[in-house]
Amino acid sequence: MSIVTVQLGQCGNQVGHEVFSCLCRDLRGSHGLCSRRENQSYQDACRERFFSEEESGGLVARAVLVDMEPKVISQTLSMAARSGFWKYNEHSHFCQKQGSGNNWANGYSVHGPRHKEAIMNLVQKEAERCDRLGGFFTTMSMAGGTGSGLGAFVTQCLRDAFPTSFILNHVIWPYGTGEVIVQNYNSVLTLSHLYQSSDALLVHENDVIHKICAQLMNIKQISFRDVNQVIAHQLGSVFQPTHPAGGGSDYSRNPLGDLLEALVPHPEFKVLALRNIPQMPEDSLAYNTFSWPGLLKHLRQMLIANAKMEEGIDWQVRPPPPRSSISSHSTAKALHFNTSIANLLILRGKDVHSVDLGSFQDPSLYTSWLNPQDAFHARKTPRAFNKYEKSASLVSNSQFLLKPLDSVVGKAWNMFASKAYIHQYTKFGIEEEDFLDSFTTLEQVISSYTTL
Amino acid sequence: MTQSVVVQVGQCGNQVGCRFWDLALREHAAVNKKGIYDEALSSFFRNIDTRSGGDGPDIYKGKICSLKARALLIDMEEGVVNEILQGPLRDVFDSKQLITDVSGSGNNWAVGHKLYGYQYRENIVEKLRKTAEHCDCLQCFFIIHSMGGGTGSGLGTFVLNLLEDEFPEVYRFVTSVYPSGEDDVITSPYNSVLAMKELNEHADCVLPIENESLFDIVNKINQMMNSGKLGSTVKQNSLVTSSAGNAKTLQEKPFDAMNNIVANLLLNLTSSARFEGSLNMDLNEISMNLVPFPRLHYLVSSLTPLYTLADINVPSRRLDQMFSDAFSRDHQLIQADPKHSLYLACALLVRGNVQVSDLRRNIERLKPSLHFVSWNQEGWKTGLCSVPPVGHSHSLLALANNTCVKPTFIELKDRFMKLYKKKAHLHHYLQIDGMEQSCFSEAVSSLSDLIEEYNELDATKGGPRTDPSRLKIAV
Repeated sequence: MSIVTVQLGQCGNQVGHEVFSCLCRDLRGSHGLCSRRENQSYQDACRERFFSEEESGGLVARAVLVDMEPKVISQTLSMAARSGFWKYNEHSHFCQKQGSGNNWANGYSVHGPRHKEAIMNLVQKEAERCDRLGGFFTTMSMAGGTGSGLGAFVTQCLRDAFPTSFILNHVIWPYGTGEVIVQNYNSVLTLSHLYQSSDALLVHENDVIHKICAQLMNIKQISFRDVNQVIAHQLGSVFQPTHPAGGGSDYSRNPLGDLLEALVPHPEFKVLALRNIPQMPEDSLAYNTFSWPGLLKHLRQMLIANAKMEEGIDWQVRPPPPRSSISSHSTAKALHFNTSIANLLILRGKDVHSVDLGSFQDPSLYTSWLNPQDAFHARKTPRAFNKYEKSASLVSNSQFLLKPLDSVVGKAWNMFASKAYIHQYTKFGIEEEDFLDSFTTLEQVISSYTTL
Repeated sequence: MTQSVVVQVGQCGNQVGCRFWDLALREHAAVNKKGIYDEALSSFFRNIDTRSGGDGPDIYKGKICSLKARALLIDMEEGVVNEILQGPLRDVFDSKQLITDVSGSGNNWAVGHKLYGYQYRENIVEKLRKTAEHCDCLQCFFIIHSMGGGTGSGLGTFVLNLLEDEFPEVYRFVTSVYPSGEDDVITSPYNSVLAMKELNEHADCVLPIENESLFDIVNKINQMMNSGKLGSTVKQNSLVTSSAGNAKTLQEKPFDAMNNIVANLLLNLTSSARFEGSLNMDLNEISMNLVPFPRLHYLVSSLTPLYTLADINVPSRRLDQMFSDAFSRDHQLIQADPKHSLYLACALLVRGNVQVSDLRRNIERLKPSLHFVSWNQEGWKTGLCSVPPVGHSHSLLALANNTCVKPTFIELKDRFMKLYKKKAHLHHYLQIDGMEQSCFSEAVSSLSDLIEEYNELDATKGGPRTDPSRLKIAV
């Protein structure tokens, strides 16, 4: 089954480009560490999933590029073509001239309806190029105007036009200390709208990835390209083919479906986080070896302490003991224990089948309303990813976003109370009631996740 | 890609405008080595085939034939415009883009606004329409004028009104040169306050400039150049005050250095719209992020660095110095100190080899010493444009919506009241058709209201922060 990617706005297009680059690089890499037959099977699955093939054997990404101004798309198209290994379809893009001015209302209420037909035509064409459509993957940021506003509108259109398809939105959470002054408004509006039409939101926080770049990747002058490459690596580690849960030699054919089925048991809880370990500069890879127990120990603690990288983990945080009384439960909460609803662990590389996953099946990690068998899923793939001898990724539906979400909603509410910038939104048809609806939706989400 | 049109009105407006076009050509020449007419050029220039006498269709692709500025030059005296048309920029302007008269406005806002406005209205509208027709997607009008005189101030604000009526969807960015206290035009306070009302009501963004600040910057540079310590190693073309031509052949006019600073401001403001970068910042984003309430649209600007030394290796300490300087009092283009007043919003547009980590590091470093309004504690808008200005490896434009503009406005009001109380020179204004005493009282009232809005915001500075309580959800 194939996935159609929709890249929205400057961020969405820049990230999307890095994702396809990463997938292609991994696809072509010879460091499979597995049998040739295995590698071949992996490559076929990856190709089918993300690319269509030209007669000459060149790969064409299954993607639609959307932006309201032309500079980024033209850059993205030419960078991809320059790689020599893959490119975008020359016709699969839509742009305008003026941009959205960081205005969610402009993206959603003006550009959306105006360009709906043109954009959906492109999506339809891409979908028809797939033998079997496995769903949609959108990349966007929340802080700006196009990715956020037009992105929310397009997601709704996707839901209307393809009611039975899976939709996974990859959302970039902006730096806490602004990139855009109205980013909190834009974020609140985006999240509340996506919550209605999307199946799940996979969130990457700029602050977090920035730290990974600084402390793990040792990059001195971090550029957005660096940030996007880390994000692409993490996404690739999830979306590259995996063997299905029951084992078997074929690669799973329904990547989005599997992911969503495993992780989103209830529509009120749709926010997913990604943790990947190990992460290091490419030239250090040869000098480091890891053991699965070591990696998993770190990953488990990263999950329960809500850390996003393997340095600076708080090892004091522990899950509450089973059948806990009120007092010990609150102690655990006081130590910021991150309760999970569901987890999906993806292991790639050497000796994958010998790994013991018992520590992740511990019921105290999870809420009480799912059995650990239903809450925890694992996929093991012997084919190594992106030159890492062993790589473990954890996609989790947990309380991880509570603090950032609460912070964004709080700041947006604070600004809303003073009515600052509201005239910029009402100018394009988003009224105060719309804001209030969005706030209500998100307070509900915060409340639901808090009481896990 | 979008286009912008520059409307330069009056003596000051045209002199600054002239510098702008000069430096814009230089900037594009430095970037565009192959002489191909590209999207970046099209934002300010048309490309026409001169063989068809300038009436032919625009050439959208291919080599540059003849570049014409997307501009309208308006002056009620002929001197300045004639000089431009005889100078090195004569081929950049179309004769059909000029509107001139002979006798000037006599430093009288009413003459500029009511008399000439009425007289030239149709002519101006027609020429604006023509210019707009040549644009594929017109995004912004830049008006350049001074506030203290008659034409720039009166006719300039008349044009502003016109633009709102005829092109309501297009942004209006106004660069206004405010008169200093020692201005030799006695009626400049009247002209300025009357113009302020128009700016309050019809402009999307105003970038106030004060001659004193420009003068101080020019002096600073001259002192540095003459001190002998660093003078010899400064890259001549990197001076924020330098003109495009070779320094030896150029006969610089007295205000050129100061006007070049303003020209650079406009170039930097539009750089991210014209050139690529990892985090674009277009003009509509500037308006969106920096104007929290419609009338509070006055942005204090600063440009750094003022010059580059010839040695190319820039340690990050110097990069950080650039950020620090942007917030210092002597780099602001009006007499104001944003650091000690209240920020409503702040934008940083960086050009050149600067990455997001440099930006973040400096924001974190400078944030504690700045006061932000309670509802916008982390209110930063940032942009990264890959193409640096000529002669620099990187540069920074800081735009602040800050209550430090208040003193400028208060002084203006005070000077106005001094004259108005004695009814000095009023008759020159009231004798113009359409001018009444109420125009004056409304204007000063509008200014007072604006000052009051800034006062209210200042009152919140440093006070205890009680965040409004959040919505409660029934569980």
